[in-house]
Amino acid sequence: MTRDKITRSFQLHYKIKMLLKISNSSCCPTCFLQLVLPPVSTVMAGLLKRALRLRTALRCLCDYNMLSRSTATLSPVDFHSPFLTCSSEQVLASTRKLHAGADGSKVSPSAAPERLPFCRVTEEDLAFFRKILAGRTIVDPDLVEPSNVDWLKSVRGSSEVLLRPQTTEEVSQILSYCNSRNLAVNPQGGNTGLVGGSVPVYDEIILSTSLMNKILNFDSISGVLTCQAGCVLENLSFYLEERDYIMPLDLGAKGSCQIGGNVATNAGGLRLLRYGSLHGTVLGLELVLADGQVLDCLSTLRKDNTGYDLKQLFIGSEGTLGVITAVSILCPRKPKSVNVVFLGCETFEQLLKTFQLCKSMLGEILSAFEFLDSECMRLLNTHLKLPNPISDCPFYIVIETSGSDPTHDAQKLHNFLEEAMTSSLVSDGTVATEEAKIKALWSLRERVTEALTHDGFTYKYDISLPVERIYQLVTDMRKHLGNRAKSVVGYGHVGDGNLHLNVTSPSKDPALLAAIEPFVYEWTASCRGSISAEHGLGLKKRNYIYYSKQSQAVALMGNIKAMLDPKGILNPYKTLPDNLKQ
Amino acid sequence: LSCKVLSSVVTPCYCFVSPQIRVKPDNTGVVTDGVKHSMNPFCEIAVEEAVKLKEKKLIKEVVAVSCGPQQSQETIRTALAMGADRGIHVDVSGKDYENLGPLQVSKILAALAKQEDAQLILLGKQAIDDDCNQTGQMTAALLDWPQGTFASEVSLEGDKINLVREIDGGLEHIKINTPAVITADLRLNTPRYATLPNIMKAKKKKIVTVKPADLGVDVTSRLEVLKVEEPPQRQAGMKVETVEDLVVKLKEAGRV
Repeated sequence: MTRDKITRSFQLHYKIKMLLKISNSSCCPTCFLQLVLPPVSTVMAGLLKRALRLRTALRCLCDYNMLSRSTATLSPVDFHSPFLTCSSEQVLASTRKLHAGADGSKVSPSAAPERLPFCRVTEEDLAFFRKILAGRTIVDPDLVEPSNVDWLKSVRGSSEVLLRPQTTEEVSQILSYCNSRNLAVNPQGGNTGLVGGSVPVYDEIILSTSLMNKILNFDSISGVLTCQAGCVLENLSFYLEERDYIMPLDLGAKGSCQIGGNVATNAGGLRLLRYGSLHGTVLGLELVLADGQVLDCLSTLRKDNTGYDLKQLFIGSEGTLGVITAVSILCPRKPKSVNVVFLGCETFEQLLKTFQLCKSMLGEILSAFEFLDSECMRLLNTHLKLPNPISDCPFYIVIETSGSDPTHDAQKLHNFLEEAMTSSLVSDGTVATEEAKIKALWSLRERVTEALTHDGFTYKYDISLPVERIYQLVTDMRKHLGNRAKSVVGYGHVGDGNLHLNVTSPSKDPALLAAIEPFVYEWTASCRGSISAEHGLGLKKRNYIYYSKQSQAVALMGNIKAMLDPKGILNPYKTLPDNLKQ
Repeated sequence: LSCKVLSSVVTPCYCFVSPQIRVKPDNTGVVTDGVKHSMNPFCEIAVEEAVKLKEKKLIKEVVAVSCGPQQSQETIRTALAMGADRGIHVDVSGKDYENLGPLQVSKILAALAKQEDAQLILLGKQAIDDDCNQTGQMTAALLDWPQGTFASEVSLEGDKINLVREIDGGLEHIKINTPAVITADLRLNTPRYATLPNIMKAKKKKIVTVKPADLGVDVTSRLEVLKVEEPPQRQAGMKVETVEDLVVKLKEAGRV
């Protein structure tokens, strides 16, 4: 490994220069800091606080062995309830250790682990890639850079190779080669994920599906769309709308996200309430496994009970079990009549009662029920200059109805609104029936994420809770954080029991992070909620899986991963917790 | 202007969502089946201005008028929800409606203005489906009233109106007498969202239906549409690998 040592010493030289510039550099190999003299460590401690990735290096400076022992005690051996609850003191103690570090240093479990011993890319490897992907093997750092950084600009990898295949065959050849050479691969779609799962951690080769954007077939009788994994969701929507259909899912990132990525992360979105999750609407997948084998499960049948339904395993697997190359999905008809209502409520209890009323009076035409709080509205007004269409209220609801008969829907909506107003569940509201106004009302919900990015550094939490407790977490978090946070907002798919809790601060603040976590996860676990409702685990949340899943289940996941990807080359460091690594 | 009645016109127009505009196979017009009717955006601005003037207590009453088939009543309801006091629906349907143009509408408006003794007519500057930009001007001419078109600012001063008009060269400030016709341009105001309490109240406001004949207006058209066709298809572009290729291609196309 002398070659490695030589490269590392060059990197050491470079890294010291970078540190002195306090740059947000890409992660460094762990041995780098072991080579650094102890007196430098105090200087670096200040610099290191600024760089999330370098926290892993801090662990090296401290007693690394002590820390690894404490994480080893993490797998809850004996606890009596299915999930971590406040009564499981033992488990909580070890998870707190996870957050604090056995020696008291503040190392976050969302930071990256050490680089696993994958091989590094050589000239021969590049020659091979260039042979099968002429002109689509990208090594120019300026061109690779955007794929190294996530949408939130919160994590950065140091990959030097970006591959852009156009066919499943090319993907198969790439993976087969990488598997034999022990090269790690990071599959990437639209790179809109929010948990750092779409970008490399170290030098994994980025396998982009962006050029695999062909629509293969659309059956206008059954409504089944078959397309390659790199098709952008919005483009699929436009294609379908011309043919009187729509995609069964819709999210704010639709202009950039790709269907393969949506399936790999089991994306939820704004229409889940009506059309269900991808586990129901995806009829078939074509995948390439870690060894390059092409698994053709691309069926277009609505019903097929022949053997184990393998595709379910890959939906939501976040690129760790296989690379999705084609999808067949069942699409609903485009509704003839869409109405959007924007309502204001005084209390969350009233909001919930409005939801009940909605379900009973709008019933089958209800297609979305979203909420945002007054803090969100303030951010929209301030940062995006979007005006409030109604008077100021503590809570706002966006309700969408979709149906096949405008008169019938209008009547139902009118009855619902009349009832909501007369029983004072709702204090104000407005209705939109035309395209432009509908878009305007939806943008108030869809652009909250964007408004938050203008408010400062955002800590994002995507939690599933029992519906009646959703806002309690936001109020408790506000009380808990006090003045430490700039804004604490809550919004999301209240109809699905899914809260998006966001905390902003002027800049990255480790003290604030320590106050938020593990408070938010413990709170969630105490209600048996999910610490990641739809965003997935990716890099940032992989170690929190035990808050929502039993250790036996996680162990079985590890077995499946080992079976399908023995060398672990597919999207390493993501989704499964560190203490499961082989 | 204390005891005057204002009339505000709302034009129902077809609201198309691209790329769904399709020419009828016989080239006589555009397919309108299943396409939503909604209020013309400029007319919305006109209604908003009228309601604003009423809220400032400068005018007494806002009447919303629409000419068209039964669905036009919905457009009037929207105006009522925004703050208009009552509505008049001039029932024109079928072939008559397809051929209804600015001249016929302006005759109807002129008749209504006399009947209602209105002092001010506020319209949108043009409808977004036909882009005629003629109704306001014709109405003023028929009534022999002054007109302030493309208004981006309106203020009442005694019994005169100060107007700022948007013209090619910039902004023109004029002062006109009442009664007058004003047509609204984009920057006059931002129409409010009709809020629920007002939508509920609007259901109780009156809409009266009249026929053009009742007003003594003949709606036969003096224009005949000869043909409607789609614009030429946009040609696909071409990608070239090098600058040399680009120059060669440009020379071939005779552009260089």
